[in-house]
Amino acid sequence: MNLHGIRAIYKFEMARTGRTLMQSVLSPVISTTLYFVVFGAIGSGIRNIEGIGYTAFLIPGLVMLSLLMQSVSNASFGIYFPKFVGTIYEVHSAPLSYLEIVTGYVGAAATKAIIVGLIILATARVFVHYSIAHPGVMVLFLVMTTVGFSLFGFIIGIWADNFEKLQVVPLMIITPLTFLGGSFYSVHMLPPFWQKVTLFNPVVYLISGFRWSFYDIADVNVGISIGATLFFLALCLTGVWWIFRTGWRLKA
Amino acid sequence: MNKAIHPVHAASDPVIEVRGLDKTYEGGFRALKGIDLTVRRGEIFALLGPNGAGKTTLISIICGIVNPGNGTVTVDGHDIVREWRKTRTIIGLVPQELKTDAFESVWNTVRFSRGLFGKAPDDAYLEQLLKDLSLWDKRDAKILMLSGGMKRRVMIAKALSHQPTVLFLDEPTAGVDVELRRDMWAMVRRLRESGVTIILTTHYIEEAEDMADRVGVINKGELIVVSEKNALMQKLGKKQLRLQLHEPIASLPEALNDYRLELNGKRDEIIYTYDTQSERTGITALLKDLSAAGIGFKDLSTRQDSLEQIFVDLVRESA
Repeated sequence: MNLHGIRAIYKFEMARTGRTLMQSVLSPVISTTLYFVVFGAIGSGIRNIEGIGYTAFLIPGLVMLSLLMQSVSNASFGIYFPKFVGTIYEVHSAPLSYLEIVTGYVGAAATKAIIVGLIILATARVFVHYSIAHPGVMVLFLVMTTVGFSLFGFIIGIWADNFEKLQVVPLMIITPLTFLGGSFYSVHMLPPFWQKVTLFNPVVYLISGFRWSFYDIADVNVGISIGATLFFLALCLTGVWWIFRTGWRLKA
Repeated sequence: MNKAIHPVHAASDPVIEVRGLDKTYEGGFRALKGIDLTVRRGEIFALLGPNGAGKTTLISIICGIVNPGNGTVTVDGHDIVREWRKTRTIIGLVPQELKTDAFESVWNTVRFSRGLFGKAPDDAYLEQLLKDLSLWDKRDAKILMLSGGMKRRVMIAKALSHQPTVLFLDEPTAGVDVELRRDMWAMVRRLRESGVTIILTTHYIEEAEDMADRVGVINKGELIVVSEKNALMQKLGKKQLRLQLHEPIASLPEALNDYRLELNGKRDEIIYTYDTQSERTGITALLKDLSAAGIGFKDLSTRQDSLEQIFVDLVRESA
């Protein structure tokens, strides 16, 4: 196992975050604060949802929104940029297995997303008091989600051959799915038909499970949420494995 | 440089062996056609060929950047497919294009490369390497801020950061000024002295002529010739004797037809092309016959074909 190689990629990617601190960390914190201010004001009419104050109810959804966006964008940019500038040749010519390459890039992307998620949690504390009922499950969801979506971002970064494509999936797919996945409301608040339709949205399971770890309330059984998250993780792992096995968009 | 690189190896055994290597890209373009090549340990091997000949494809396959087709490649006895981790540890590559992390510092990018190739940090080695390449003063500079020549040195530093024993230099002096080019070739010589095997491609064939121990010419995916450079030049290089006449002549006497002489445009110089390999060059007889024909000359000179001319002839013949 080339541990020095994994560490080199990981440190390199983390150092990039340091160089772009405004974009990487401050930007999601500011936008989350704005969500609190705006939705807190709008939601002031909503007393509580299933016994939880609306602002506190928002927290898991907002953290999950940032986790998904950060995981996808960090991982996709992390692998796309060396492809774009040509430095990917060095990774290909190094004694690194595909698993080691993925561990380095995805590990760094997931770490950055978790750091941002934790900063948002800390920021939320300024606005509202909340508790975490099941910290272990919360950490489990945090890790599974960031790793799964970082793998997804990694696939996007390999697929993309221009910066526009890099942005398309996060903006056109991830954001709508997250907004419609119960970040700002409970699925139970929807009409019965839309309650059924929304179950096809994989993000519903992530947010529901994550919210359960905070407040013991869920739109979907937490076991199903964990299963769905693991399924997504396995799907992305299979995708990455196939890409490296075939060299798709990586090697001639 | 010597402190930073390895001990000297014996200079005869093969370090790279390519057997029947084929490569056809997805679009159907056949870039390599059954290449057989042996590179000896400790030599400087120049791989020459026109654009699109297959040089970079061959190098990229050996380095693991491009998937191989049929055939086998071993590096230091290890198969590049089955024992890829071992072979990649041995190899360093300086690619043709300047591909660097523009926003990274010289020091960080070199440390990154060393780690990538599975080596534990060794700041003392990297410091010596950067000093050898006159990059130490620029270690904290962002690569973005460096000149083209300095960036090229950074590429070399990255390739040497993990102490490879086989170094590929793909057009290393392209776009580099004369002074830096000389520095780089001096560095290449020092690397060879320290035991590193060097495989280079270059468009500056006079450099291959000056530097290489052996030369391989590739064209349209086929290796046309592999030979000791000096033997190649002796075998394929024509030599010319030029005689500057006292006064121009209208035409050459028929008695001299057997020599296949040429007259220059001003008709005041006779050019005699002879074979350096034959037992007799015919020069003595020619001079005697010229005297007999009453043609006097005031000066003479000889000129041998450059490697470049040999290369051009070989490529033209194989086209």
